[in-house]
Amino acid sequence: MKAFKAFTMAAATSLSALIAAAPAQAVEIEYWQYIFDARIKAMDVLIDNFQKANPDITVKQSTFPYADYRTKVAAAIPAGEGPDVVQLFYGWLNDYVQADLIQPLPASNFPADKIEAEFFPMVRAMKIDGNYMALPTAVRSLALFYNTRMFKEAGYDKAPANLDELVAMAEKMTTKDGAGNITAEGLTSGMTAQDHHWWREVLLRQFGGVPYSDDNKTVTYNTEAGVKALQFYADLEGKYGVTKSTFMDEPQAAFKAGRAAMHIDGSFRIGALKDTRGLDWAVAELPAGPDGTKSNYASYWVNAITSKAKDEKYEASVKFMEYITSDEAMQIWLDTVGELPAKPSAAMTEKNLADPVFGPFVAGLGYAQTTVFADESGQRQVLVDAVSRMSLEGQSAADALAAAAKAEQAILDSYYKK
Amino acid sequence: MAVYRNLSIRQKQVVWAWGFLALPIVFYCVIRFYPTLNAIILSFQSWNLLGPREWVGFDNYVKLWHDPVFWKAFRNTFVYLILGTPISLVLSFLIAYQLDKTRLLHGTLRALYFLPFLTSTVAMAWVWRWFYQPVPIGLFNNFLASMGFAQVDFLNSTTNALPSILLPAIWAGLGFQIIIFMAGLRAIPTSYYEAARIDGVSSWTIMSEITLPLLKPTIVFLVVFSSIGFLRIFDQVFNMTTNNPGGPLDSTKPLVLMIYQTAFSSFDMGYAAAQTVVLFGILLVVSLVQLRVLKEKP
Repeated sequence: MKAFKAFTMAAATSLSALIAAAPAQAVEIEYWQYIFDARIKAMDVLIDNFQKANPDITVKQSTFPYADYRTKVAAAIPAGEGPDVVQLFYGWLNDYVQADLIQPLPASNFPADKIEAEFFPMVRAMKIDGNYMALPTAVRSLALFYNTRMFKEAGYDKAPANLDELVAMAEKMTTKDGAGNITAEGLTSGMTAQDHHWWREVLLRQFGGVPYSDDNKTVTYNTEAGVKALQFYADLEGKYGVTKSTFMDEPQAAFKAGRAAMHIDGSFRIGALKDTRGLDWAVAELPAGPDGTKSNYASYWVNAITSKAKDEKYEASVKFMEYITSDEAMQIWLDTVGELPAKPSAAMTEKNLADPVFGPFVAGLGYAQTTVFADESGQRQVLVDAVSRMSLEGQSAADALAAAAKAEQAILDSYYKK
Repeated sequence: MAVYRNLSIRQKQVVWAWGFLALPIVFYCVIRFYPTLNAIILSFQSWNLLGPREWVGFDNYVKLWHDPVFWKAFRNTFVYLILGTPISLVLSFLIAYQLDKTRLLHGTLRALYFLPFLTSTVAMAWVWRWFYQPVPIGLFNNFLASMGFAQVDFLNSTTNALPSILLPAIWAGLGFQIIIFMAGLRAIPTSYYEAARIDGVSSWTIMSEITLPLLKPTIVFLVVFSSIGFLRIFDQVFNMTTNNPGGPLDSTKPLVLMIYQTAFSSFDMGYAAAQTVVLFGILLVVSLVQLRVLKEKP
């Protein structure tokens, strides 16, 4: 028994000596993101490169299912566990900042004027009280995917340039059975998918409207322009019959199955479509509005340093943040994940602009808008319901939009009064 | 330890009994009562999962009272209950009654009725969701179209969606109710039936005077069981309407789904807790009423 005690004592002493000695040489920081294969792979590459350049820092990546992500981060950081650097959806940032889970990026390493000169303007949503709280590696925008085989059959060789062409071409490529049921759509639709972004930031602006006030606290789309934009969207199904929102369950499924000629979706869809056998597709910029206005919607995930990171871990986290927001990291992210670099200098390169797949997305970034959401799914539901009331209950576009504006204003009010 | 050694055998037995009893009590306190109390407290607070909790008094309940979506979900929940429980009970009784008399392939038939109950609800809901799709992928609509009928909007309709979702929910629960009914039928002594037959009583009288009264405990059990099931319906609705949960226009949204959305997509935990307390109240009242009925002797 005595021998055993002596042994454990010795083991414990040497082990604690080891542990105590370790931080002097190396810092380990933890990085968290949600599970998405391509993103994890890309981050592994970035971590490898970073550790080679900084042998005294190790970065440990932990990933969690999307559904638990927010809860885990919220529970871990106040407990002193969890990530030093964390990936968040841009729309969540306010909540995290208000809860003191995030610390501002040091102005010495990330000066505001430099960020504003280098990054796409939409990144300004990450500036709170003069400090940048977080920065993205990559951004996503919308574009029009089209089925080249169906285009060829209909005698088209390029994508529609404006909304009139979009409708005309979609009409020609829609096929119906004897009873008038759609068997292939000209254009997919579904407010539950990406169409609410297309309507809010693209169609609405193209018809002359603006979705929100400058401080994002007031809904401003309940105008004549808004009604026109909503009517245009509802007419695609109701009047022109070129689409059916429930067709094949999901718009992306219809396009993937080769049952839809055109489909509006984000750059994150590229990966899912890339290896689909028997599907020939291409990408084009979103069609321009009646007066030629171009618009796009961009969203992004940001990386931020949590309030858990202190002292040498903080220093290491800053270094890591610098690397993952560098041009090199952005190109690696583009090649691995298919998401676009967050800086024009890295995104708008000749190579990327000329790329047949990335090109239209990158071009779209140049004129993209970002929505500052209070509750993305709630705000989406408002538009989903507006279209449902028109198609299922025969409500007019004006009434549907007025009700939507009122419901969305209520969401914004309850969010910002806190 | 000395204290324990000085106890009598009787006292030691008591200590051990409490020792064993403490386990489920501690378990219940930690896993059931603490979260329940916490949820009730949370219903008077505002919390987005991240920041500190703030007291807001009865705000969440006032908001609930004025929320049209809540009343719609409330109504839907009771539609699920009021349609679901009687239909599933009558169906399962009829099937069990006939199955009880069948000798041919009795075991196989019983297994076939029980199979849906064993199937994962999520998988089943998705299969039915695809059955209901419009052409070209929906089984039912393809059939209708091939016969020359117009398509039916099963899920994308404010009137059809709720019954369309309820149907597979009833179907999936049938197997269990049939088995319970059959056990109940088997438990009725055959001598009663023999006596009735000797007296030349009509089969309707046998049913209403012998079978149904003696099945009362079974029926009450199944009513309680399936009522709670329909009041808590979630999986079927959520999986069949994931694109627009509880839609279209909240026409299929039950309370549990509303709670889930408020908590985990709007992150309004206090408001979700208030809804949960209301659901808890409803379940409590329904269960108490049914227990009262259960107490009455047949």
